[in-house]
Amino acid sequence: MIEVIAHTCIIAGLIISAAMIVRFRDLISAAIAFGVFSFLLSLEFYILQAPDVAIAEAGIGAGLTTAIFIIAIRAVGRDEEVEE
Amino acid sequence: MNMSRIVRTVADISFPFILIYGFYIVVHGHLTPGGGFQGGAVIATGIVLLVAAHGHEAVARQITGNLLKNAETFGLLLFIITALIAILLGQGFFTNWLANTGMLFGTPVAFGPGPGDLNTAGVIPIMNIAVGIEVLGALSIILYYMLSGAQEAR
Repeated sequence: MIEVIAHTCIIAGLIISAAMIVRFRDLISAAIAFGVFSFLLSLEFYILQAPDVAIAEAGIGAGLTTAIFIIAIRAVGRDEEVEE
Repeated sequence: MNMSRIVRTVADISFPFILIYGFYIVVHGHLTPGGGFQGGAVIATGIVLLVAAHGHEAVARQITGNLLKNAETFGLLLFIITALIAILLGQGFFTNWLANTGMLFGTPVAFGPGPGDLNTAGVIPIMNIAVGIEVLGALSIILYYMLSGAQEAR
């Protein structure tokens, strides 16, 4: 029972954070939302009994990729240009 | 690009623990989940934390790009030489020539379930350590080149 509840919460969080990545206009906020998405995805891998993949996802996705995104955003500017 | 004193202190305190955890994942690669790639990625994340807190120039004075390049080359050389020694001993490429010999990492595995012995599995721990050193150097050098490109663009 507790596994079903944890599964439901994590998948709902994945969908919400993925929608936030697309919706945010502020690029720093989108990068942080991507880090949250990677963290929830690594929790999901751990629940699905793949701890190896979970460690790789937490290290690469939540740590390194977010840092590289933030470095790139600081170089090119923070706000997304709106094309009408 | 300097963060506040709180961020710098927290990064300094938590960096050794991240380092120890990464080396734990690398060394226990043949016993527990994880291995060379995952442990190296964790250590590289610790270096990223230092760079984010102190700025690129201050960290690059201590951990230079040449050091990371040499770490990457050393890891690859250790991996391929460990595989090539098996040919010199008259066995096939990548043969586990250290297992069950009683030398380094050569203890025979005890029968049945158990907590696991670190001193087993032959060349597999050595190759895990080699991959760990290589991934640590490679991921950090990618980050350093990203930073230098970002500074040129500004």
